[in-house]
Amino acid sequence: MNLQSDDFELFRLRRQFAQDPVVLDMRWKELQREAHPDRFSAQGASAQRVAMQWSVRINEAYQRLRDPLRRAAYLCELAGTAVNAENNTAMPTAFLMQQMQWREELDESKELSRLEALADQVGRVRREVLKACEQAIDQTKDYGQAVAQVRSLMFIERFASEVDARIDACHDASEAPVGGQ
Amino acid sequence: MALLQISEPGQAPDPHQRRVAVGIDLGTTHSLVAAVRHGVAECLPDSQGRVILPSVVRYLANGGRQIGQDALTAAAIDPENTIASVKRFMGRGLADITGRDKLPYRFVDQATGMLSLRTVQGEKSPVEVSAEILATLRQRAEDTFNDDLFGAVITVPAYFDDAQRQATKDAAQLAGIQVLRLINEPTAAAIAYGLDNASEGIYAVYDLGGGTFDISILRLTRGVFEVIATGGDSALGGDDYDQALADWVLAQSGQQAVTAGDKTLLKAAARRAKEALSASNIVALSVHLTMGMLQFDIKVSDFEASTAALTARTLSAVRKVLRDAKLDRSEVQGVVMVGGSTRMPQIQRAVADFFGKPPLNNLNPDEVVAIGAAIQANQLAGNDTSGDLLLLDVIPLSLGIETMGGLVERIVPRNQTIPTAMAQDFTTYKDGQTALALHVVQGERDLVADCRSLARFELRGIPPMAAGAARIRVTFTVDADGLLSVAAREQGSGVEAKIDVKPSYGLTDGQIATMLQESFSTAEADMKARALAEARVDADRMLLATRSALDADGDLLDAQARVTIEHLMQALRTTVAETQNAKRVEEATRALADGTEAFAAERMNHGIQKALAGRNVETL
Repeated sequence: MNLQSDDFELFRLRRQFAQDPVVLDMRWKELQREAHPDRFSAQGASAQRVAMQWSVRINEAYQRLRDPLRRAAYLCELAGTAVNAENNTAMPTAFLMQQMQWREELDESKELSRLEALADQVGRVRREVLKACEQAIDQTKDYGQAVAQVRSLMFIERFASEVDARIDACHDASEAPVGGQ
Repeated sequence: MALLQISEPGQAPDPHQRRVAVGIDLGTTHSLVAAVRHGVAECLPDSQGRVILPSVVRYLANGGRQIGQDALTAAAIDPENTIASVKRFMGRGLADITGRDKLPYRFVDQATGMLSLRTVQGEKSPVEVSAEILATLRQRAEDTFNDDLFGAVITVPAYFDDAQRQATKDAAQLAGIQVLRLINEPTAAAIAYGLDNASEGIYAVYDLGGGTFDISILRLTRGVFEVIATGGDSALGGDDYDQALADWVLAQSGQQAVTAGDKTLLKAAARRAKEALSASNIVALSVHLTMGMLQFDIKVSDFEASTAALTARTLSAVRKVLRDAKLDRSEVQGVVMVGGSTRMPQIQRAVADFFGKPPLNNLNPDEVVAIGAAIQANQLAGNDTSGDLLLLDVIPLSLGIETMGGLVERIVPRNQTIPTAMAQDFTTYKDGQTALALHVVQGERDLVADCRSLARFELRGIPPMAAGAARIRVTFTVDADGLLSVAAREQGSGVEAKIDVKPSYGLTDGQIATMLQESFSTAEADMKARALAEARVDADRMLLATRSALDADGDLLDAQARVTIEHLMQALRTTVAETQNAKRVEEATRALADGTEAFAAERMNHGIQKALAGRNVETL
């Protein structure tokens, strides 16, 4: 194992989509316990630098492994099928229709309950797509199919974060301190 | 210079080499220093038994200084030269300071964008004022242990941005303190609290200090303190409660505070009233102002009403951080209260109501931060090699760079675990463009104008290409102190530029060194003798460490590299034996350190790889 090892090797995990978040979290902390710069703080600048490289690498792997979208994209890449999101934006018509419908709903939703209903709906679709990702990567090894799922997941997550931002704004507006000087 | 001094885990260093390492809580209204003594972390008292040092520095006309209680007492008679709450000005420009018209100081806007304060001893930067406080605490620690300070963990509000953190580190450097780590105040409190109570699970730390409010959510598991999210307001604290009460009293009484002295006196009176109202329902405030005597009875309900908006602001930040952490308030097992301002009954009540459980306050809220920092300092200095404690902290604010149209492209999102490095690719927008200006900003807003500007630098020498053909990778690296450095590299040509993000106080490292000598010099001969003694100790340590490294891992070196290192060791031994000149000893030590750097890195890599592999086999 070295700094160039892939995330799964580094974390000693099977190279697959399905991962137990509890094991992932435990492994992350074990690795940081060994490599964190705080373990080497009394040992001079070069020891600090090397520890920092390892610690940064472990955090990077952890962030990628625990995020299902990034983990799926990474697995496709490791299998030699890059996602190339920036060069390939063609999406199935049905998917685009759904996106447009969601967008209209977001534009029209002013009250919190309606926004939260939309967030639930988006969350449901997201879980379905994740299941399809797992199927394509872990079972059928159909990376073309996996890449297609990853691309739709990217749209879904971007939309979900817009919905979350609107929900946050709603909360903030209702919590604004009244009175004051 | 303890390079290569690698002791195996669990192996305690020689007791004679036990290092004096302290935790320092550099607070807005007061500061403390703590250390682990006989296995227990405790705050160190001054010669009169007081642990709290008011964070107040008075510059006297005769060139002297008063620091702490004496300065605080003099604040009313000499407000312009008595700097209190200087933490609020750290890493800040004049435009950042709200309500500065209510403060008695003569602010100066520096060309560098940072403010300074005009005193009877000339202009003083907040970094210099803070360094006076830190140097006082350093002295206290050295007197207590009758030994030199090895290093300190200094706490900062979690919500401090890069400029404020860097300013704090610079102040420590100015005070001659080696910073082992900057850690966040709520995290330090969690260490003190968590280790004391052997807690596990999700905890919130509500930290309302004199001038800052922090809220952090942590997950505690077997000695690991993982910060999940942090938030707050770096300009909201007990000071604001004093000011709000003072303003309210003025408005009610129809009187005016016309002079700087009036403002200071009234605010101090408001502060005393606030403290008294923690124990009684009505307090009589009376203060002599220029326009006459101001007397007013304040009911607890008046105080609470006049400050309710401030309390609401803290709870709004608590809600926001819970949303960031994707947690419901009911999942929080306990709420730790930190900071003297949490003694206010309305705060205790508001927090209890919000979380639906009484907050935890069995540790002294004034001392808990310094104590947590001391525990961490003791471990970082290598005094406690059990290695049970691990902090995984996050950056509080997103980092990004300016792109077309004054928009921010986020590179490191907030609440990212540190240390971290993240990169993004950019390109040129004009044909034949050979340079790219990079503007580094911090904040959550989309417009550059709404974020804090941290640094600007340029990548030059890009080979002329068509617009969009260059691939410029910008990498942000945030170290374990939460400090940022930025590198840009054109991938095709390999042209690169790098910057450590330092706010420009107009102080170079050289100037800092000069100021150091000026402010803390004793007799020159003393200085020389001390410098030589220190240089020799460092040289011996370096030689010893190199020898044991060669014994342990010499096989990692080829013959040539080994000869080079042996030569450098011999040269250092000769220098130590033959010269009285500290500088020459330091140079020879540095030569050996530089010459063994690659070897040290190699050993580290090996050590970590072995440790990681061993761990994994065990846990499989």
